[in-house]
Amino acid sequence: MDNLDQIVSEAQSAFAAISDPDALEQVKARFLGKSGQITELLKGLGKLPPEEKKTAGAAINVAKTAVEVALNERREAIRKAALEARLAEEALDITLPGRAEVRGGLHPVTRTLERIESLFRSIGFEVADGPEIEEDFFNFTAMNTPEDHPARSMHDTFYLQNPDGTVADKVLLRTHTSPIQARYMKAHVERYGQLEKMPEIRIIAPGRVYRVDSDATHSPMFNQVEGLWVGEGVSFADLKGVIADFLRSFFETDDLKVRFRPSFFPFTEPSAEIDVAFMSGPLEGRWLEIAGCGMVHPDVLRIAGIDPEKYTGFAFGFGQDRLTMLRYGVNDLRLFFEGDLRFLRQFA
Amino acid sequence: MKFSESWLRTLVDTQLSSEALSHLLTMAGLEVEGLEPVAPQFNDVVVALVLDVVKHPDADRLNVCKVDTGRGEPTTIVCGAPNVAVGLRVPCALPGAKLPGDFTIKIAKVRGIESSGMLCSAKELGIAEEASGLLVLPADAPVGQSIREYLDLDDSQFELKLTPNRADCLSLTGVAREVAAIAGAQAKLIEVPEVAATIADQRAVVLNAPDACPLYCGRVLKGVNAKAPTPEWMKRRLERSGIRSISALVDVTNYVMLELGQPLHAFDNTKLEGAVHARMAKPEEKLLLLNEQAIAIDADILVIADDVKPLAMAGIMGGEESGITLETSELFLESAFFAPKAIAGRARRYGFGSDASHRFERGVDFGGARRAIERATQLIIDICGGAAGPVVEAKAEMPARQPVRLRSARASAVIGMVFSAEQIAGLFNGLGLPFVREGDDFLVTPPTWRFDIEIEEDLIEEIARLHGYDNIPAPAPRGNLKMMVQPEAQRPAARVRQLLVDRGYQEVVNFAFVEEAWEADFAANPDLIRLANPIASQMAVMRSTLFGGLISNLVTNLKRKQSRVRLFETGRAFQRDAQGAPVAGFRQPWKLAGLAYGGALPEGWGSGALKVDFFDMKGDIEALLAPAQLRFERLQHPALHPGRAAKVLLDGREIGCLGELHPEWVQKYDLPQAPVVFELDFDLVKAVHVPSYLEVSKFPPVIRDLAIVVDQGLGLQTLLDGMKEQLPTLVQDIQLFDVYVGKGVPENKKSLAFRIVMQDTQRTLLDSEVDAAMQQLVSCLERAFGAQLRA
Repeated sequence: MDNLDQIVSEAQSAFAAISDPDALEQVKARFLGKSGQITELLKGLGKLPPEEKKTAGAAINVAKTAVEVALNERREAIRKAALEARLAEEALDITLPGRAEVRGGLHPVTRTLERIESLFRSIGFEVADGPEIEEDFFNFTAMNTPEDHPARSMHDTFYLQNPDGTVADKVLLRTHTSPIQARYMKAHVERYGQLEKMPEIRIIAPGRVYRVDSDATHSPMFNQVEGLWVGEGVSFADLKGVIADFLRSFFETDDLKVRFRPSFFPFTEPSAEIDVAFMSGPLEGRWLEIAGCGMVHPDVLRIAGIDPEKYTGFAFGFGQDRLTMLRYGVNDLRLFFEGDLRFLRQFA
Repeated sequence: MKFSESWLRTLVDTQLSSEALSHLLTMAGLEVEGLEPVAPQFNDVVVALVLDVVKHPDADRLNVCKVDTGRGEPTTIVCGAPNVAVGLRVPCALPGAKLPGDFTIKIAKVRGIESSGMLCSAKELGIAEEASGLLVLPADAPVGQSIREYLDLDDSQFELKLTPNRADCLSLTGVAREVAAIAGAQAKLIEVPEVAATIADQRAVVLNAPDACPLYCGRVLKGVNAKAPTPEWMKRRLERSGIRSISALVDVTNYVMLELGQPLHAFDNTKLEGAVHARMAKPEEKLLLLNEQAIAIDADILVIADDVKPLAMAGIMGGEESGITLETSELFLESAFFAPKAIAGRARRYGFGSDASHRFERGVDFGGARRAIERATQLIIDICGGAAGPVVEAKAEMPARQPVRLRSARASAVIGMVFSAEQIAGLFNGLGLPFVREGDDFLVTPPTWRFDIEIEEDLIEEIARLHGYDNIPAPAPRGNLKMMVQPEAQRPAARVRQLLVDRGYQEVVNFAFVEEAWEADFAANPDLIRLANPIASQMAVMRSTLFGGLISNLVTNLKRKQSRVRLFETGRAFQRDAQGAPVAGFRQPWKLAGLAYGGALPEGWGSGALKVDFFDMKGDIEALLAPAQLRFERLQHPALHPGRAAKVLLDGREIGCLGELHPEWVQKYDLPQAPVVFELDFDLVKAVHVPSYLEVSKFPPVIRDLAIVVDQGLGLQTLLDGMKEQLPTLVQDIQLFDVYVGKGVPENKKSLAFRIVMQDTQRTLLDSEVDAAMQQLVSCLERAFGAQLRA
C-alpha cells in the first residue's frame, strides 16, 4: 500500500502549494473527483477478491480521510489568509479625530449658579426670580432705604428716561437682588397670611444687577445671588451655620476660614460682611470679602406684611461673579462679559 | 476716614499693637481699609545744625560742612545738596545709620575728604516722593534729637471704611470711644474749658427753621492774624488724616472737626449784615459756593443767611463771598446742629459732597456744638491771636432720644445664643449706653452722638457686635421639611441650556444695555428704553433683543481668528408695554438666543466644507423642543434675510424666530459670511407636555413611497397641511425623504418624495385598502396643488 501513502503525501503537498480557493477545488478533483486517484482506487475495490476487499477498502478510506483533512485544513488556511488580508486592508488610522459636533459649554458664572442652586435646593431652598427694571419701591423703600437715605449713595443707581426725555422717578435698574425678597415675601403673605402659621420662606434669588461703576473689579452689570430664610425662631447663629456649610460645600474644602464682621445694610439688623480666607493656594491667608448678610430688618418684614415678633429671618447676598472668580482662579471680572471663546471654552 | 494712630493714642490708653488694634476695629464693624506706617524704617538720624559750609577743593558741586549733631565735637560731612547753608537745621544720618532701601551710612572719604555721615532730604528718609534738597527743619528743632521722634515718624495712618450708620466714628473722639468699648481701655477725651469773652461783639442768631436747625452757636472773633503759620503738629495730624493744610483758620476748623466730629464754618464777619438766620431758601435765591460753583438754591435747602442775603448752604458748603481769606481779621464762627433729614441728598443733587455734608447727613453729636466752638476759639487765639466775643447760642427743640427697650430673651433668640441680663448690662456699660433695668428688660437712652439706635434690633446688634460675631455659634440649620414644587410640565433652565451646550453652543453673558444702533438694526425699535445716566454711549439703551450682543461677540471672536462660532445667551429683553408686569410699563421676558457661524461641522479631515445654514439651526431648534412638533412660517424681521427667516410656532403660538442675518448687516458689521441666529421666548421653551399613553399597534405597518412633481414655489408645509386635511385615518406618518430639481424634472418644478406609513391598531391592513388610501392622497394632491405623480 505504498501507493496510498504516496497519494496522500502528493495531495498534501499539492494543496499546500495552492493559495487560491478556486485552484484548490480543481486540485481536489485530482484526488477526490469523479476520476480522482482515490475515487479510482475505490472503484477498483470491486475487482479485488472478497478477502482482500475489506483490508484494502479500509486502507483506502484512511487515505481518503487524510486527503480530506488536508483539504479542509488548506481551505481554512486560505480563508483565514483572505480574511487577514481584508482586515489589514480595512484598517483605519484610529488616531484620526472623531467626526462630530464638539460640545459647547456653559458660561462660568452659570456653572457657579447651577452649583449654588443645587446646594441650596439640597437643604430646601427654592429659586425665585424678579424683574431687572425694578420699581424704586421694591429696590429701596421696601428694603428700608427711603429717599435721601445716605445708604442710597452706596448704590450708584442707573435710572431710566421717560419717552419725553425726563428721568423716570419710579423705576430703575435694580442695584441688588434684594427686591426679589420683598416681592416674594409679599406674595407669600398674600397666599398664606391668613394661616395660623405661615410655611417657612426659604429661597435663593440669583440675577443680574446694575450699578454705575466700571473698572477691573467692578462691572456696570454683575451677578448676585440673594438668599432668604424667614420662619419662627430663625437666628443669626442659623445664618452663620448655613453660610459656613454653603462655603465649605461650594469650595469643596474644609481648609477655609469664614468670618463674619459687623457691617451695615438698611434692610438687615444686625448686619455682617462675610470674609473667607483659604489656607492654601495663591490667595492663602488673605481675607476676601464675599457677601453681605444679616437678620431681616423688622421694618422690611413689616412692609411685607410679616409680624416681626412672630417670625424672624435672615438674608444674604453673594457676589456670584466673585465666587466664580475664586473658584476657578479668574483674576479679571471683565473677562466674564467679553464673550471671548478662548476664555469661555476653558469652562466647558 | 483717615487718621494718625499716634493722635488716636493720645485719646485712648491701649497697649494693643497697631495690627491688633486694626483687627479689633475691623471685627467691631469699623473696617480698616488701610494701615500704613507714615515713614519706612530707618535709625540714627538726628536733628543737626549746619555750622560751616566751604566748597570742596576737588569737586564743584560738593561742599564740606561742619555740623553739630548734639554729640560733642562738630562733625565733618561732605554734602552735595544745593540748599545747604550755615544756620540750617537738617536731618543728619550718623555713621552706622540704616536708611530706607537698605542703605548703611559709613565713614568714608569723598574726593579725599573724610565724611562722617550724611545730611538728608525728605526723599532719602522715605517720607516724600520727591525732594529738591535737604529737608529744612524749623529753627527751634532741638539739635541732637532723633528725627523720628522730632517728626513723630513712628506713627501709622489708619483708613477706616465706615458704614453710614456709624457717623459717630467720623472723629478721633468717636474712634477713641469705640476703642475704649471694644478693647476695655480707658478713653482720655480732651478737656475743653470755656473761653471767656474779652470783647462784647456779637451777632444775633435767628432759627427760622427749627426742625432743620434746632441749635446754632455763633461767636465773633476780632484782631485775628489769618496769615499766622499753622503749627507743625497740627499740620502733621491733618495731613496724616488726609486733609491738606491751607491756612491757620481753615486748618483749625478742620482740626476740630476731625478731633470732635463737629463741622465748623468761619465767615468773614465784615461781610455779614445784621443777624444770622438759619432758614429755608427763598424762591430764586442764588449762591456762589466756595468751590466756585454758582447754584440756584432749591426751596428744600437750609441756608445760613444774614438780614439781606444767603451766606452758605447750611452744613454743606459756605459761600465764596462771605468766606475767609488770608486778609480776614474778623470772624464769625459757626458751630451748629443740622438735622440729617435737612441735609441728606442735597449735596449729591448738586453733584458734590463735602466733609461737613457727609457728617451732617449721617448725624453729628448734638451735644457737642458748644464744646467745639470753645475748642476752636482757643486754638484760633493760640495760633492767630485776637479776642473773642461771647458765644450766642440759639436753641429750639432738640432731637428727641426715646428710650429703646431691649428684652434679654429676644436678644438671645435673634442672635441664637443665650445672653444673661448681667452680660448685657456689662456690654452696654462698656459702650457708654445709659440704661434703666426693668427685670431682664433694658430701657436704653441713646447718647447724643449715636444716630443708629432706634429699635430693639439696633441694640441686639450692639450686643452681638461687642460679644464678637466670631463667638456666636454656627450650628447646622434646622428647618421644617417640605417637598418642593417641581412641575413636570416645566423643564429646568439648566436642562435647556445643557441641550444647547451638547449641540455645540457656548454660552455667553452680555450687557443688558446696548448701543442704540443695535436696537435700530436688529429690532427697528422705535420705542427705546434709554438710561438716564449711561456709563458710556454704547451702553445707553436697554436691549429688546439679544441679537446685538451675539453679533458683537461674533465680531470679537473673528478678530481673534476663531473661524467657527456657536453662541447662546439666556437673559431678559426689555420692551415698553403699557400692559407690562410686574413693573408697569415694561415687559421683561426671558429670552434664549443663539448664533451659528462658519462650518456646519467643526473643521476637520472628514467634515467637508459645508457652511452652516438655516436648516442646521432649524434642526437645532427642533431638537431643543422635541418631541413637540413645531411649525415655521415666513417672517419679515429687521435683523433677518427676508427669504431665509421664519417664525417658530409651538401649539399655534409664536415662540420666537430664526433666520440668516440680513445681508445689509452682514456687510455693515463686516462679516465674511452670514451667521444664522435665533431668539426664542425662554419660558415657552421650558414648557413641555407631560406624556400621555397611546396604544401601540400590534400589527405591522405598511410603507409606501410616493414621488410627485409640483411647482417649485410651493412650500412643503402648505402641501403637508393640504394632505393632512384629506388624510385617510390609516395614514400614521408622512416623511419627506427627497427633494430633487434638475434633469428629468420640468423647469420651475421640483420633485418631492414621501414615505407614507400606514397602520391600524386593530388589524392587518388589506392591500386594497392601502391602494385606495394612496389613490385618495394622490388625487387630493393633484386637485389641490396640480401635483403629478413622478414616473
